[in-house]
Amino acid sequence: MRKLVSLLLACLLLVGLVPFAHAQEVIELDMYFPVSVGGGPDALITALCDEFHQEYPNIKVNPVYAGSYADTRTKVLAAIQAGNTPAIALMFSIDLYQLYSMGVLYDYDSFVTDEAGQKWLNGFYDGFMQNSQLDGKTYGIPWQRSTIIMYYNKDMFREAGLDPDMPPANWAELKEYAQKLTVKDAAGNTTRYGIQVPSDKAGYAYWMLQTFTLTQDGFNIMSDDGKEVYFDDARTIKGLEFWKSLSDDGSQAPGTPKWSTTVSDFLEQKVAIMYHTTGNLTNVRKNATFDFGTSRLPADTSFGSPTGGGNFYLFKGVPEEETKAAYTFIQWMTNNPERVAQWSIDTGYVATRPEAYDTQRMKDYAAEFPSALTARDQLEFAHAEFSVYDQGAVQDILDTAIEAAMTGTKTPENAMKDAQSAADGILADYR
Amino acid sequence: MTTKTAPRFRWKLSLGMTLSYIAMFLIAAVFLIPLIWMVRTAFIPNQHATNLLAIAWPTLDNFTRIWQAAPWGTYYTNTFIIVFGVLAMQFITIILAGYAFARLDFHFKNTLFILFLMQIMIAADVLILPNYKTISAMGLSNTLFGAMLPFFASAMGTFLMRQTIKTIPYELEEAAKIDGCNLPRMLLQIYVPLLVPALIAHGMIAASYQWNNFLWPLIVINSVANRPLTVGLAIFAMSYETGAQWSDVSAATFLVAAPLLVLFFLFQKRFVQSFAHSGIK
Amino acid sequence: MTSTQSNATRINQANRLKKRKSTWLAYGMLLPSMIILVVFTLYPIGESIYMSLFKNNMSTFVTGPVWVGLQNYVTLFTRDAVFKKAFYNNLIIAAVTIPVSIALAVAMALFANKVRRGKGIVRVSYFYPTLLPMVAVANIWLFVYTPMYGLLGYLAPTWRLLENVDTVLWALIVMLVWKQAGYVMIFYISGLQGIDQEMYEAAKIDGANAVQAFRRITWPMLRPTTIYVTIITMTNAYKLVDHLYIMTKGGPDNASNMLLFYVYQKAFDQSNTGVASAITVVLIVILLLATMVQFFTQDKRTFYA
Repeated sequence: MRKLVSLLLACLLLVGLVPFAHAQEVIELDMYFPVSVGGGPDALITALCDEFHQEYPNIKVNPVYAGSYADTRTKVLAAIQAGNTPAIALMFSIDLYQLYSMGVLYDYDSFVTDEAGQKWLNGFYDGFMQNSQLDGKTYGIPWQRSTIIMYYNKDMFREAGLDPDMPPANWAELKEYAQKLTVKDAAGNTTRYGIQVPSDKAGYAYWMLQTFTLTQDGFNIMSDDGKEVYFDDARTIKGLEFWKSLSDDGSQAPGTPKWSTTVSDFLEQKVAIMYHTTGNLTNVRKNATFDFGTSRLPADTSFGSPTGGGNFYLFKGVPEEETKAAYTFIQWMTNNPERVAQWSIDTGYVATRPEAYDTQRMKDYAAEFPSALTARDQLEFAHAEFSVYDQGAVQDILDTAIEAAMTGTKTPENAMKDAQSAADGILADYR
Repeated sequence: MTTKTAPRFRWKLSLGMTLSYIAMFLIAAVFLIPLIWMVRTAFIPNQHATNLLAIAWPTLDNFTRIWQAAPWGTYYTNTFIIVFGVLAMQFITIILAGYAFARLDFHFKNTLFILFLMQIMIAADVLILPNYKTISAMGLSNTLFGAMLPFFASAMGTFLMRQTIKTIPYELEEAAKIDGCNLPRMLLQIYVPLLVPALIAHGMIAASYQWNNFLWPLIVINSVANRPLTVGLAIFAMSYETGAQWSDVSAATFLVAAPLLVLFFLFQKRFVQSFAHSGIK
Repeated sequence: MTSTQSNATRINQANRLKKRKSTWLAYGMLLPSMIILVVFTLYPIGESIYMSLFKNNMSTFVTGPVWVGLQNYVTLFTRDAVFKKAFYNNLIIAAVTIPVSIALAVAMALFANKVRRGKGIVRVSYFYPTLLPMVAVANIWLFVYTPMYGLLGYLAPTWRLLENVDTVLWALIVMLVWKQAGYVMIFYISGLQGIDQEMYEAAKIDGANAVQAFRRITWPMLRPTTIYVTIITMTNAYKLVDHLYIMTKGGPDNASNMLLFYVYQKAFDQSNTGVASAITVVLIVILLLATMVQFFTQDKRTFYA
């Protein structure tokens, strides 16, 4: 009797094992990724990972939504320090120097073996490669990339007697229009602000500051090697002073308007013009109950905008097959112009490859919604986003200084001078 | 007491009472406003969310939408595991330690007592950095066990047990000893039944602490699969940086806050007594 | 004489034996708790002190931590403006939220004790914020404080409380008091119930009015409760920082930053373990000093009863 039972059990076990013997081993990759804008990119990323898994059943990428860009950096750094290095992550492009200094990044060039691969690697917009390359090697593959564009409420332009098809093209016009677009009630309280360029640390204050320096002949606030910053340069101070003057005019809310509420302020028609990432374009389009336009940023002496957004990174210290799987996934995501175009249409991010703009779906979309091209067209004036060694610490110094200037606790000049010496103290370790 | 003064006295008192009634009900109303507003925004169609004066039929649309947008089911499961895991372990550790402090005479009793006090004085949140290092070194980062482990002992709970055990007549224990009852059986059969009210009191406080805990799980937990509700809510709220989705964030906030609030509304007295109980007299 | 002496010795010996036996039993029963307390409360204090003596940040990631002695502390106290601000902000938060919460709580407790109709709703509305997660509270109050179309925006359209360095801390303090006053009230309710009603009868006969009765009987009798509550609110003033993560990130210009949140920023956002450990040590010292003053100078019986 006993023997019979054990025989039966053994048979059951065997039968149970058969399907597993046929199944290939699946490589699972956790991929941290940030989303900082509306439009629900998190759901889109998940859908793309599912689609990839159907095409490559032996690789499964689990997207781990980790909050903002800064939170994602925090999580990945913590994971690395705890010895749980991920094979792949979608992170801020500007984390490059910091990750590089830790010696944890693979460069992509060493994986590219054939001509097709070379074509893929060289096929991205140059503007986006500025925050992706170091010493002639590529460490980041552009994915959710953006520039800052100007959104404006055309209805309000008409109401204020401005031409809705002629947005401000330079600082002087911006200042003037913003004043005209500001509305006060009988008691003298502002009920609508002409402009909002968010300046809080929880958002991207340093990024917004760059919009006012890069429009001065493309002047950037850091060196190409990520070891110098130019916070106390006259042009940086001039940019910050101009930004602050919009608040002093009363045409921008005093203090530090929040990045997180700027879009809803715009949608609620409490603000006529806003600076925000193009990554919010689709969201604004879906939710605006009024006629709005987009344009490149007004110039001082030139046009300009920082690029922004996230790149794919590959990390050292994981099994080789995981790295290969991650590499396959990244290529799959970024090499297909149709996929890149669809991602851009779904979110508003700039398609990272010129060929995506030649696809039929992108042409149709742009014909119907010309704003879809604003950020792309601005790329020729775009420069690297603020990126240095020890990014977390230096960025915090700059953000704090901007908040101090905008809230009036320091003059722009003093704020930037203090920030310069604090940042120099940190960057000295890398020189 | 003369009939002359009594009515006047009462009138004066009732004027004071009336004023304080008005003041206190006003404060109660002000206290309730944020809750009412959150609930209202969670149930209103989202196009009306930012309009304070809008009136519309309540809808569950916001909940259906957010339920698809984030794995709330997973978050709930994780929070439940953390809450009940911590409670189960704490019940064991605090009964044992509470009994030792209440009934046993031993060397360095006062020193050990002060060590327990340290846990109350230095809140666990303050030690996030070294504790994170410890948990990482143990290989427990990104595990629910790692999120629970530092809370397996509770000085508050230990003191509560000690105090309650002291009120239990020692004769019960002596009688049991004469009957040949050993310590584990005595604890289980004599003390635990009498400690139930105190355990419930402690349980409610510890459960609400764990339910609401944020900073520690934020740091320890990385993957979505192990994320508890509070961390899920914070990350969800920040994914809507556009701010346009107030109704979504309110609905999510409601999801996270509702279980404890509903329990509280149902067992109001019990909650209040439990929390009062934890105040060591 | 001798026999009684030897008797006493024998009893002493027996007692000592008994104590030794019960000592081992007690240690065994305390062991599970002790392990957790030692590993997660005692050891981390030592580890923080040790780690605070090193420069350990992004620049030392490859080379490893560098011994710097007390340099991190010197920098904190002489050059770090953020630390200074967070330190003072914490002091202000403690100095305001503790007395205000207690005053409000005593008033609410007195009222909740006396009120005849609507007792339930009053108690619920005072107490429910206690049960909300701080993260949920932050979300709700972010909407309350949103300028122009937030709840407060309808009352005062020009207020931008969270974006102004002069108002942000006070806006958060209001929220903190709202969050914890009901919790504090609970202890006073049970404290009030412990006061013998006959004392009030006696006072009435002596001709004391309500204010006098409160000052001479109620408040002194509530003293143990007040001491306990002061410790709780004091700890809260230093440990409640979850809302900063959602609402301000400590800004603008660190006007709402707090020591514990600064630890989080240094340790996790900036991977600066050395400085973060030094701030942790400062926090530990503050909390130990403050509570020790409460425990040992005021009334030991609060805890030793």
